Amino acid sequence: MKLLRVTPSPHIRDNMTTQKIMLCVIAALVPSAVAAVIHFGWLALLMMVFCVVCSVAFEGLCRIIMKREQTIRDGSAALTGLLLAMNLPVTLPLWEAALGCFIAIVVVKQLFGGLGQNFANPAIAARIILMLSLTGDMTNWIQPRTAVSDFSYDAVSSATPLVSGTANIMDLFWGSTGGCLGETCAAALLFGGIFLIGMGIISPVTPFAYIGTMAVCTLIYSGGDVHFMLYHLLAGGLMLGAFFMATDYVTTPITWQGKLIFGVGCGILTFLIRAFGNYPEGVSFSILLMNILTPYIDKFTMTKPFGGIRKAGSKA
Amino acid sequence: MRRLHGVRLPHYKQTSDMPFETLPLPEKVVIPMSMHMGKPCTPTVKPKQTVAVGECIGTSDAPFSADIHASVSGTVQAVTDLRLMNGTVCKAVEIEPDGLQTPFAGLTVPAYGSREEFLTALRRSGGVGMGGAGLPTHIKLNPPKKIDFLLINAAECEPYITADDRTMQEKPLTILKGIRRIMQVLDIPECAIGVEENKPDAMKIISEAAEKDPAITLVPLPPVYPQGAEKVLIYHITGRTVEEGKLPADCGVIVMNVSSIAFVEEYFSTGMPLVNRGLTVDGDCIGKRCSLNVPIGTPIRNVLDYAQCDYEKLDRLISGGPMMGQCLPGTDYPVTKTMNAVLALSEAEKRRTTACIRCGRCIQACPHRLMPTELEKAYQKRDVARLEELKLQLCMLCRCCSYVCPANRPLAETNGLAKAFVRQQKEAAK
Ligand code: SF4
Ligand code: SF4
Repeated sequence: MKLLRVTPSPHIRDNMTTQKIMLCVIAALVPSAVAAVIHFGWLALLMMVFCVVCSVAFEGLCRIIMKREQTIRDGSAALTGLLLAMNLPVTLPLWEAALGCFIAIVVVKQLFGGLGQNFANPAIAARIILMLSLTGDMTNWIQPRTAVSDFSYDAVSSATPLVSGTANIMDLFWGSTGGCLGETCAAALLFGGIFLIGMGIISPVTPFAYIGTMAVCTLIYSGGDVHFMLYHLLAGGLMLGAFFMATDYVTTPITWQGKLIFGVGCGILTFLIRAFGNYPEGVSFSILLMNILTPYIDKFTMTKPFGGIRKAGSKA
Repeated sequence: MRRLHGVRLPHYKQTSDMPFETLPLPEKVVIPMSMHMGKPCTPTVKPKQTVAVGECIGTSDAPFSADIHASVSGTVQAVTDLRLMNGTVCKAVEIEPDGLQTPFAGLTVPAYGSREEFLTALRRSGGVGMGGAGLPTHIKLNPPKKIDFLLINAAECEPYITADDRTMQEKPLTILKGIRRIMQVLDIPECAIGVEENKPDAMKIISEAAEKDPAITLVPLPPVYPQGAEKVLIYHITGRTVEEGKLPADCGVIVMNVSSIAFVEEYFSTGMPLVNRGLTVDGDCIGKRCSLNVPIGTPIRNVLDYAQCDYEKLDRLISGGPMMGQCLPGTDYPVTKTMNAVLALSEAEKRRTTACIRCGRCIQACPHRLMPTELEKAYQKRDVARLEELKLQLCMLCRCCSYVCPANRPLAETNGLAKAFVRQQKEAAK
């Protein structure tokens, strides 16, 4: 008989793993990826694959250079790459996309200690840095293929619907408007988001709080104009942000109370930036700002243990 | 009322319809002198001495202890040292059975007139909590406060185990008599039996038997692990909260395992001390899973042989359930009073441990609403103040957090270490 193994209990485990979670989120982005290819052509696919490969390569290299355990198999780098691609315009030169991946993986994630340690969402941070440094290329929106018959990338450029303010609601829903790869088609994003909620991967609290707050704010601001509200919910990166970025485990609060505060905070900030700020789009900035606040939110939303007694004089 | 969190586990209650079988007598038994919480006993027998079933072979002067009795009749071979699962070494008595199982002539049916006499009799029964921790029964039934609620723990929330389930199906009347006896002696007006809903047969049998007794109710509970944890059970059935550092008795409740009740009643009707143990034998390496009635001290190898264990596949041998049970280092280890199951499992799939991804699953799973991921970080920094703030002491090591963690972090294991660390620090500070 061979030797018996002695391990601490529990001797059985739930079958959810970090890798499976990452793969589920990637799977939830597939509808958006398909929509991106339909609207922006095969170049969109190239962009997504390129970003994924770059991110995984950077992660692998980093871990080798830092002499740490290899982590590319957990799937988080691939996910970051894909999310970043979703946040880029299809016309962006590939070297600039690679720069984005470098910022996301190396600067924002690995330099802070890798998975679970970064304070900001890598894809969001990379998008913002690219946006601030390469504003021209990052805002070179093109009209999707479906909207133009004779199509070439150089010829037709268009403003995002948030700037023009003239798009049709149905177009926004199905995504035949200008914008980043992954953010135009609200339908695909909703589908993916509901899948994640159904699988128990993300909590519904954050997206509901975020989108709900935006809806309320825009309604009040416009004096009850439903069209205006829908326009703001569907245009820009709100759906992508609410379902895929504001639900990132690492950089958002851990309890549901915290998630609620986070979602509401994102909603208010996005609304303020869109309504009163210089930038037409506020999703990335709001999420980044709330990322920074997350440790504080966590502090205020610690759970109240069952059977715990408060110490006299301290309010727990 | 809010329900406490927990996890839904696969049940694997495959031995629920298998009556207890009696294991053929082994060629020797090894009876450890420490199978209970409290002081280990000192052997009172010498090699070559003959003993009979139920004869006391180990005792202690300390009040917090439980006597040990011979489970077979035969000849004492040796008094040896045995390393227990928790690493400590205790004395053990080895007996070679003569095959006759002669009961000890000195056994009498205990008579009592008062609560004190009842407890003194119980003291000699060797009875301990048979659900896990092994608190001597005469200590449990001598609470420092007035008790108004007797809670019978028949949740049996760990996968595989059906020892309590089988006891309920086979001895419902004994159990009810035992409950009434204890209610009468301790003057307790009310009793509830908490059973997880995944035991429909046992529930039916018990509720039929208890029908005519208005003081005893059967409470079905959703099968959410750890339903049978003392504080969880008390909260779900009575709505009372056992606060930090308090005992169930502080809120007027005694919780007793259903098999322990059955034993108490048998002892008071026959005088036979605790010498046998009902256990579930299961796991994917077991060819013939079964419920077994085993003399205490039987080497586990005999149990495994009987259940046709596949020794080639065997990787982990577990005493108890898969959530809280402990791995045994070898098959020579004896069956003890608190062992409710023996699981023989094959090699588990290897899992990678990643960094914590802050998914919050451990927090959602914790019945005590603790924050296991924060506790782990606090322990890594050896931050005693933070550990206290996070209420480490409330952790009951139920392992829900480790079970759900997708990053495979050893959360409950860390809490175990952290508790030991805090204890050390406090002692050092004194
Ligand atoms: S379950 Fe594991 S990965 Fe999730 S928060 Fe807890 S420790 Fe972190
Ligand atoms: S082991 Fe402790 S921290 Fe983990 S779930 Fe159980 S009580 Fe909570």
